[in-house]
Order: sequence, then C-alpha cells, then structure tokens
Amino acid sequence: MSGVWIVVAVVGIATVAFKAAGPVVIGRRELPPRIKSLVELLAPVMLIALVVTQTFGGDQQIEVDARVVGVGAAVVAIALRAHIIVAMAIAALVTALVRLAV
Amino acid sequence: MATQRAGGPRIRDGVRAALPLAPSPILFGLSYGVLADATGFGSAAAVVMSATTFAGASQFAAVSVLDAGGTVAAAILAAIFLNARYMAISVTVASIFPGGKLRRLVESQAIVDESWALSGRRGSFEWPILVGSGLVFYGLWVGSTAAGTLIGGVLGDPNALGLDAAFAALFLALAVPYLRERRSREAAALAAVITLVLLPFAPAGVPIIAASAACLLGLRR
Repeated sequence: MSGVWIVVAVVGIATVAFKAAGPVVIGRRELPPRIKSLVELLAPVMLIALVVTQTFGGDQQIEVDARVVGVGAAVVAIALRAHIIVAMAIAALVTALVRLAV
Repeated sequence: MATQRAGGPRIRDGVRAALPLAPSPILFGLSYGVLADATGFGSAAAVVMSATTFAGASQFAAVSVLDAGGTVAAAILAAIFLNARYMAISVTVASIFPGGKLRRLVESQAIVDESWALSGRRGSFEWPILVGSGLVFYGLWVGSTAAGTLIGGVLGDPNALGLDAAFAALFLALAVPYLRERRSREAAALAAVITLVLLPFAPAGVPIIAASAACLLGLRR
C-alpha cells in the first residue's frame, strides 16, 4: 500500500471516530474542560503552522520567494472579506506572475 | 411552512437549509480535487478521502504536507490534529441522535462545520437539520472533488502556478475565525514561532507536528 493510501485510511478512520465520539461514546457527558480547551486550540495552531510552512518552507531552510508576495496579496483579500476561493486564486495568480517576472 | 408543523423540522428542511450554502462546498471540493491531482496525491485517493474523511481542512493539510516533502506520519498527524476538534463538536450534539449505536455512528458522519452551524441556528440543535444538510454537503463535496480531479490533470506544474501559495491562503482564511479569541491567537502565534524556528533544521513535516505543542497553552487556567 502506498503512503498516500495509508494517509487516506488512517485519517479516515480517525475522523469517523472523532465525529462518532459524542453521539456514540460520550453521550450526554461533557468532555473534561482541560481536554476540551486543548482540542479546541489544535485547529488554529495547526492551520497557522501550515500557513508558515507553505509560505516559507524550503528544503530544510527558510525561503523568502514569490510565495510571500502571493500570500501577502491573499492577506489583503482576506482582510477585505473576499471569499476563501477568491483569496486562494489571488495567491496562486500573484505567485505565478512574480515567478514569471523574476 | 413545513418547519412550523407539529413534530418540528424534517430531513427535507435540512436539505433546503443547505442549498443556499451550496456554492462553498462545490468550489472548495473542486479546488481540493484540482490540488490533489496536480500535486500527485492522486484522483482516486482524493475522491476516496472526500468520501471517508469528509472534513475539508484536514484533507488539504494531508495533501499539502505530502506535497512539501513531509512523511506519511507527518501528513497523518497534521490531518488528525486538525480533526480532533470534531470530538468537542460531536459532544455538543450527542443527545440529538436517535436510535441504536450503529445508526448513531452512521448519522454522526453528517457532522461538518456547516451542518453543525445550521442545525443550531434556532437556539437548540436539531437532528433533521444536521442530517439533511450534512447529506447535501456530503454529496456536493464528494462530487465536486471528483470533478476537480478531472480538471487538475489539465494544469501544468503546480508550483509554477503558485498552488503552494494557494494552500497558504486557504489555511490562513480557515484560521481567521478562530483568531478572534485571545487564547487561540496566543497559541497560533506560538505555533508560528515554533514552525519558523524549526524550518531550517527539521525535516519537512516535523515543524508542523512540533507546533501542535502550542495547544498546551490551553492547559492554563
């Protein structure tokens, strides 16, 4: 089994379990407050870590290149409340244009 | 209106509630299919993942970590950490699911951010709205992923197109709603610092996983 399919299988099983946790396992009980706040912080933490990696990540180095300009344009679009797809398209387009230019 | 009838809302009210939101999962699914295909994740894997995982951000995360040269383990951990919040979300709606365990297991898969939000908009969570809208989002998500993979093959080199920056924009836009809360902002800032510090030293994928330690800030009183 290739790596991609292992990812699909493991993430799929874990996500099914997470969604079923409340209705099937935990029921009417509450999650312990500390677990709850840990779990709730995981999403923003992972998202920002992904933003940093996708913007500056290189081959074991920090790279400042066309992506920074593209992501910067997306930041402006997001601040102006553009739809998420529009922000993605702007980031891709600006990055591609800068790559063409330099 | 149907929702006013005795017995409360029905599944079809959930379907109807989801329709105005349809463009989002369609565009999101299309872009997932395009990116998955263009980065070499594979069309079949993308469609199967949409059908089994059904949680957009984590699916994009898995594709982007692998594309950036991260290991299988890093991709799995990043996606699982992103979806752990569904534990907390599913607990909030635990009591609205009727029937035995198997039925609850199947129907709980209709929980996604959008169906959860729709189902609670009248003050208390409503099962028919959650399941009805979840079904619509599921169909749109899987279908548009498949359609996106067909378009993806036509595009050229993903990095020449700036798709790496598109991933960054996606994750940033998804993070914004969380950042309104101070605790999330602090944890996110710490995660950014951890990632930046480790990028020059650690193999691809490792900085992201290490950054998850920033959620330990949640243990503070």
